[in-house]
Amino acid sequence: MFDIKALYEAFSVEEATRLLLEHPEARVMAGGSDNLIKIREGKLANREFVSIYMIDELREIKLEEDGTLRIGSLCSFTQVASDPLVLKLVPTLAKAVSLVGGPQVRNIGTIGGNTCNGITSADSGATLVAYDAEVELHGAEGLRRLPLRDFYKGVGKVDLRPGEIQVAIRIPRSSYEGYVGEYIKYAMREAMDIATLSCSVNLRLSEDKKTVEDLRIAYGVAAPVPTRALAAEAAGRGQPLDQNFIPKVLAHITEGLSPRESWRASQAFRLHLIKATAKRALETVLQRSGVSQG
Amino acid sequence: MIVGKSMTRVDAPDKVTGRAKFTEDLLKQGALVAKVLHSNVAHAIVRSIDTTEAEKVPGVLKVFTCFDVPDIPFATAGHPWAIEESHRDVADRHLLNRHVRYYGDDVAAVVAENEIACDRALRLIKVDYEVLPFVLDAQEAMKDGAPLVHEGFPNNICGHSEIHLGNVAEAIKEDGLTKIEGWYETPAVQHSHIEPPISYAYEEAGKIVVVSSTQIPQITRRVCAIALGLPWGKVRIIKPYIGGGFGNKQDALYEPLNAWLSQQMGGRTVLLSISREETFTSTRVRHGIRYHLCSWVRQDGSFAARTFQCWSNQGAYGSHSHGVTAKGMGAFPQFYPCPNVDCEAWTVYTNRATSGAMRGYGIPQVTFAMEAHTDDICQQMGFDPLEFRKKNTMPVGYVDAFSKNENYFDSIRQCLDKGAEAIDFKRKQKEYAEQSGDIRRGVGCAAFWYNTAVWPISLESSSCRMLVNQDGSVQMQLGETEIGQGADTAFSQMAAEAIGVPFEDIHVVSAQDTDVTPYGSGSYASRQTYVAGFAIRKTADILRERILNYAHEILRFPVALLDIVDGKIIRSSDRRELMTLGELATQALYSLEHSVQFSAESTAQIKSNAYSFGCTFAEVEVDIPLCKVKVLNMINVHDCGSLINPQLAEAQVHGGMSMALGYGVTEKCLFDEKTGRMLNNNLLDYKLGTSMDHPDKMQAFFVENPEPTSVFGTKSLGEPPANSGAPAIRNAVLQATGVAINENPLNPHELFRAFSEAKLFDE
Repeated sequence: MFDIKALYEAFSVEEATRLLLEHPEARVMAGGSDNLIKIREGKLANREFVSIYMIDELREIKLEEDGTLRIGSLCSFTQVASDPLVLKLVPTLAKAVSLVGGPQVRNIGTIGGNTCNGITSADSGATLVAYDAEVELHGAEGLRRLPLRDFYKGVGKVDLRPGEIQVAIRIPRSSYEGYVGEYIKYAMREAMDIATLSCSVNLRLSEDKKTVEDLRIAYGVAAPVPTRALAAEAAGRGQPLDQNFIPKVLAHITEGLSPRESWRASQAFRLHLIKATAKRALETVLQRSGVSQG
Repeated sequence: MIVGKSMTRVDAPDKVTGRAKFTEDLLKQGALVAKVLHSNVAHAIVRSIDTTEAEKVPGVLKVFTCFDVPDIPFATAGHPWAIEESHRDVADRHLLNRHVRYYGDDVAAVVAENEIACDRALRLIKVDYEVLPFVLDAQEAMKDGAPLVHEGFPNNICGHSEIHLGNVAEAIKEDGLTKIEGWYETPAVQHSHIEPPISYAYEEAGKIVVVSSTQIPQITRRVCAIALGLPWGKVRIIKPYIGGGFGNKQDALYEPLNAWLSQQMGGRTVLLSISREETFTSTRVRHGIRYHLCSWVRQDGSFAARTFQCWSNQGAYGSHSHGVTAKGMGAFPQFYPCPNVDCEAWTVYTNRATSGAMRGYGIPQVTFAMEAHTDDICQQMGFDPLEFRKKNTMPVGYVDAFSKNENYFDSIRQCLDKGAEAIDFKRKQKEYAEQSGDIRRGVGCAAFWYNTAVWPISLESSSCRMLVNQDGSVQMQLGETEIGQGADTAFSQMAAEAIGVPFEDIHVVSAQDTDVTPYGSGSYASRQTYVAGFAIRKTADILRERILNYAHEILRFPVALLDIVDGKIIRSSDRRELMTLGELATQALYSLEHSVQFSAESTAQIKSNAYSFGCTFAEVEVDIPLCKVKVLNMINVHDCGSLINPQLAEAQVHGGMSMALGYGVTEKCLFDEKTGRMLNNNLLDYKLGTSMDHPDKMQAFFVENPEPTSVFGTKSLGEPPANSGAPAIRNAVLQATGVAINENPLNPHELFRAFSEAKLFDE
């Protein structure tokens, strides 16, 4: 039995915006996998919700004309993880969302909800940031787009204005073409867990595989929101691919990151994991790129 | 033969089709709902409680506080009643407590028309506490000046005992001894049974009836009666199918409060369903115990002397207290006999969650310490862990003076040999001896001591009733409970065998109803198959005699020439089938001359106990930079006597291995040092392993030495599978990395600490 004051069902994006403006206290309910837990805990008991779960138009995954991959915000993790376009173009995202919770949560949880809850440990978060993804939002004034990195405002906070809902996540072609990636979810269990730390890496090599053309490394739980390790990326970008490449990157890996100290894991352990997961992810990516390194 | 075969579980069809009724399935519509308000401080005196706002919530009928309950302290542990008062458990809690002793203690209860009204009301109750200092650590709690958890228990000591053999002080003067010393720490863990505690209570026919998910209906009846100040016969407990217990439900948990709440509501049905979070904070956990072990070892690998000290964290209330700690201590001098031993154990009240019974009852803890210590000796002195165990463990013919348990066979060595062969221990030991790199493998083993049932510490008594139907099938009632382990199936097999009827003709009545079912203490101490076996055999013998006497009246042959085989009355001299049991039962019942319904009932008292030994072998892969241990392969070997049902026995072992795996690698209750709150009181933060966390290979093997003291050659298997897994994993990690980790679980936090200390990370 859940203590819900009211649930307003929207059947279109426009209706969702209208309902949210009519009920300013209401929260958006997508799959409900986060909200229901908070209702049960009493944190969101006796509150109003606008459900967007019936808006099927938000469940589409397609390639736009310029090669941008567009993922509807209501796509479940199961759907994203098994989508042929996702598997072909951004396989690291497929891997990341296949590691969310367990099968039931992956069936009900949505990629939009995973980014809108503003949680640093969200499995899609670090990887989408490592893909330089952007979000598309619908509100009273129509659509707007912004980089996912800027969408995150702080712990549990995202840049959603009154009446706005997230409708899609977009990954431009330039962000994925030619990149090889890896996602490491570091958790205390092999399933049904939330990341203690997560690391997502995207690497693009020169054609002769001798130079690192581009490198993006993003972390979950290394800062209040999913965050890029910009100093380490800069240290690796443009560098020759030799045995010094990984050490060069690792030398700067914790710069700009501020993992928290909590009973779930000490800061010292998380700092250790930032390095250990990056090393492991880079080794995997190089191996997958057909480069024997050092 | 029916005993010894893998018969299909008698409850399987109902359970797999969802037809089996658990407590909540039996609840009729219209029941009131109750919820408990738990303290948000670890130690305090309740000054006052303001329920005004809570009572205004629509749907709320009544709010009860710790100032409303009867002033009757009671004990909750699932032990048989002790006639002698000094042997009884300490009565140290009330239905709701004014002296709050842990974060999560019960201070008030709301009764409402539904759950939502209850929850809303709980948030509006205002409690004024006089906050007291609290203590979470057992050794800290023993210090002078530490906060006192209970009046009348100086230094918070609620149990203390010692064992002394020979003369340690003299023995350690021997030349050439090496002293190996270690501190070992085991955590509080929670049973995590699928069905949280749940009960509902109502009044009927002048009695209070409680339907509850319990392992111990008879004992729960007694505890409820005492807590409510009622004659025992005025309380009736009904136990339907239950979704696991593992010892947590070997306590009267919330049944007494539930019964009292129904009384206050004029006997209306009140449901009290405990959430998962409450199950963690406010039911029971396994005792966390700290050990200090010393061994003085000769160069030939024999022990000259040993010492043992331990401090067991009881938490806030008595429940099962020093019995758990003392059982572990008792195992120490028996498992590796040594002429000179000093042991001392303390059980200490603290302001943590209450510790109670949990699968293994002190043995998983002591086995972790003792078997980690065994490998520490081997590592530091260069002995082979397998050979060292075989050299030192209990010899054949060993008799324990107290229990009179005898090691009839060479079970421990046989189990070790079988396990070592199955996992290819010696080859892997060599293969993994010299490793470098980030990812390393290791193998380890650990063996354990266990016994069967509780004699002679406590009463062992079990009753059985049999009633023959007109078709020759038999209803059987036992006080011993099915809690998911397959007890009903094992009982049916033994009954079919003992009477001489087909397995399908035994209709075991699964639910216990204390108004109807004969006495049995219930499911704990791995006792039921052993003790119920005696009651079943004794009752079957009485029943057979009655049946055969009547058969003699009809068939004229002397009883000595008659037998019951496969549901038929036969002439044993030529095995001719004379009539079916059904024909005889029908004739007997409807006879106009001499009408009889065949039935029998008896109580068997058991004044014996039986050793039950075994071991675990584990193979692990350790990822050093990522601080993870992955168990690749796990093997348990048990001598639990003759198997009653091999498939069920195997399943029992698998379940226990899974619990041992959690104990070894992932599970631990965490308490906030600043507030005393249990931090991870849910299944996200309490890392119970998923199927993905289990090794691909988990195997159970048996050494079947028929137990001479049992009528069916059987002995304990309920708890033993959970005993030795954690130290086997720990010892495998030691082999892989050279790092001795003396605190379970070996989770990433612990490995990070240990590997940092050992400088295993290349920075």
